[in-house]
Amino acid sequence: MMQLLIQRLALGLLLLILVSILIFAGTMILPGDVAQQILGQSATPEALANLRAELGLNEPPLTRYFDWLGGILTGDLGTALTSGRSISEDIGRRLSNTLFLAFWAAVIAVPLAIFLGLLAVRYKDRWPDKLISAVTLTTISIPEFMIGYVLIYWISIQLGWFPSVAIINDGMSVWQKLDAIAVPVIVLTLVVLAHMMRMTRAAILNVMQSAYIETAELKGLGMLKIIRKHAFPNAIAPIVNVVMLNLAYLVVGVVVVEVVFAYPGMGQYLVDHVSKRDVPVVQACGLIFAAVYIGLNLIADLVSILTNPRLRHPK
Amino acid sequence: MTDPLLKVRGLKIGATIYPPGEKPRDIDIVHGVDFDLAPGKVLGLIGESGAGKSTIGLASMAYGRGGVEITGGSVEVNGRDILKAPFRDVRRLRGGEVTYVSQSAAASFNPAKQIMEQVTEAAIFQNKFTKAQAEARAVELFRKLGLPDPENIGSRYPHQVSGGQLQRCMTALALCPEPDLVVFDEPTTALDVTTQIDVLAAIKDAIRDTGVAALYITHDLAVVAQVSDHIMVLQQGAMVEYGTTDQIINAPREDYTKALVSVRSIRHEEKQPTATPVLKVETITARYKGTDFDVLKDITVDLHPGQTLAVVGESGSGKSTLARVITGLLPPSAGQITFDGRTLTPDLATRPLDDLRELQMIYQMADTAMNPRQTVGTIIGRPLEFYFGLKGAEKQKRIQELLDQIELGVGFQERYPAELSGGQKQRVCIARALAAKPKLIICDEVTSALDPLVADGILKLLLELQKREDVAYLFITHDLATVRAIADSIAVMYQGSVVRYGSKSQVLSPPFDDYTDLLLSSVPEMKLGWLEEVLKHRKMESAGN
Repeated sequence: MMQLLIQRLALGLLLLILVSILIFAGTMILPGDVAQQILGQSATPEALANLRAELGLNEPPLTRYFDWLGGILTGDLGTALTSGRSISEDIGRRLSNTLFLAFWAAVIAVPLAIFLGLLAVRYKDRWPDKLISAVTLTTISIPEFMIGYVLIYWISIQLGWFPSVAIINDGMSVWQKLDAIAVPVIVLTLVVLAHMMRMTRAAILNVMQSAYIETAELKGLGMLKIIRKHAFPNAIAPIVNVVMLNLAYLVVGVVVVEVVFAYPGMGQYLVDHVSKRDVPVVQACGLIFAAVYIGLNLIADLVSILTNPRLRHPK
Repeated sequence: MTDPLLKVRGLKIGATIYPPGEKPRDIDIVHGVDFDLAPGKVLGLIGESGAGKSTIGLASMAYGRGGVEITGGSVEVNGRDILKAPFRDVRRLRGGEVTYVSQSAAASFNPAKQIMEQVTEAAIFQNKFTKAQAEARAVELFRKLGLPDPENIGSRYPHQVSGGQLQRCMTALALCPEPDLVVFDEPTTALDVTTQIDVLAAIKDAIRDTGVAALYITHDLAVVAQVSDHIMVLQQGAMVEYGTTDQIINAPREDYTKALVSVRSIRHEEKQPTATPVLKVETITARYKGTDFDVLKDITVDLHPGQTLAVVGESGSGKSTLARVITGLLPPSAGQITFDGRTLTPDLATRPLDDLRELQMIYQMADTAMNPRQTVGTIIGRPLEFYFGLKGAEKQKRIQELLDQIELGVGFQERYPAELSGGQKQRVCIARALAAKPKLIICDEVTSALDPLVADGILKLLLELQKREDVAYLFITHDLATVRAIADSIAVMYQGSVVRYGSKSQVLSPPFDDYTDLLLSSVPEMKLGWLEEVLKHRKMESAGN
């Protein structure tokens, strides 16, 4: 089993390197020129040439790739071309904001989704199951900015419970921050709930067909106990997989929600710099998003391996 | 006379079926069955699939599998009608008073939990024992059931013990809460014959020692004769005959029971080998990719035209792998195969069309060997088109000829596999193989999934076709009764090697090698006390050694 785990880890690492190459190559072939962007249309050719040399844009691509990769490995993501600020510093703050938001959304959404999934199995084809399915499907079908604006109108304006703009800064206490992000957290929860809940339901229902569930029923065990003790442990792998995909979405896919709530996270940072053609920032953000995706899916794989009794307890 | 432990009166069980393209309709599975079971006695329920045996067994726990529902009658356990009892009481009964042993222990154990936890779960949950008491009792039962290392086997996971051991663990699971009644549902059917005899003996001893009553469900009359006091014969949800084991075996009254008792009455005289075999398998050794041991070791056998070579052995002995090598699905690492005078290329992909045509296969699961969305006519017509280029009226005529040969007649061409019975499906597969006009058909456990009477019909058909078409069979089976019925020569396989090979009369006559002796003596015989005789004989032999 150890071998299998190491194999997966190595594979994840290889994937990350491939992604870094892809990101680098991708941003290379994008049209447009940063120097032109910075200096504007009226710049003289000499000024453009000087700036290009200064930014290292004239080096061969391979050299620039290894310079870039070496920088990343030492924690230096370079400087933003447009603002001249250190990308590492900017991203550090933005990423921690994004993770803060994702964390609290996950803390609420994951247990809730699994609980609702279990409940849906327990009352399969009866009204609680149908209600849960209908509500979660509705929330996933409505675009997240729409839910965002509806909730702002309803919770922030009508009821006045939480602020409509999620601006946070270092000076705020955790409670103040939580108060600020309450509405976006609800939006994100509603968006990711359905996927996880439906997978939990499907995975457990699949297991419920097994002969060992009948054995448990014939022991006189109650339904909830059967689901918890006999079905759930055998359904962990598919559930963890979909949970991890959704966690990745919470980090990577929240651009729209961040914009709606003017939240100072990674998404907004990325969008800003894409429009300015600030290649090093885009590359850094892309790499971090890829790392999050690969990392979380790697965890899902590892959990699948670790929860498989045949791999955990070989003959 | 003591009050019965289990008293069933007018039991009716139904289900809703959903035929494709039709309205759902209710059918009756069991139409009014009555019986009593006294404490400590064993009642055998016997019948073919669809007779309602398992359904009746589960009804004694007020349980209906899938969409099955108990629609009428009464089931009294210890004087209380459990069909009218509140669900809370039914849950007390399940796993407490009445417990269940299923056919497939491998599927019935939760793969994620240790055996001990599962064996003791019901006893603890039903407040019969504390955890420590239940575990002590489980170890005691493991010992009684002859499991190796009874102190520690409970800490293993289900996949870490063998099939026969797991079936004994399942018996321990059922006996742990000290129930009044255990329902054994085909507990030895999925096991190899040499394993079956040990598990059967263990179950019988456990029943005797604990004084528990049992319903013993099986399709094998010879097995049930070894363990039960009374036998009830069921056919299509109704009782055919009820009597003591002695009476049912030795003096059956009803025709159906007589047919069950005398099943496997085919007499087949072995044919003499001819000058040139149609199939020569020479020193074949093979292994699967990515493994480091040989599944087949130095196999050499011959098969003569129009004759049957039975390859017999337990699961894992390499029988089916031999078929895969001959058909070219698994190229061997050494040795060669000569078919009809030509050397066969090892790999299927490089064989000429005629080699493919003349070597056909029939499989154990007729269900999965046919495309469910094609009609019988299309299925049989396909090889006619593919090998002979037949079309239109000519093809239709040939399809009908083939259907006549397998005794299915007119009207089957348009049917789909789902509309056929198990025996009919296997007949269609036979027709499909015959359509190619083969010289050799490999039959891989073709009767194993069928009821004895249906299997008998298939074997008779195969023999009949062999006479008419002069086709040779390589007949793979684990069932020695089938071998006796059909073989001209026999190869006994054990752990990838042929341990005994020759004509039927040679192989089945003493002196035997140890393995063949074990195999032959393990086949249940339809007489009372057979189990004890064999075990006594074996004990004496091992003492003598």
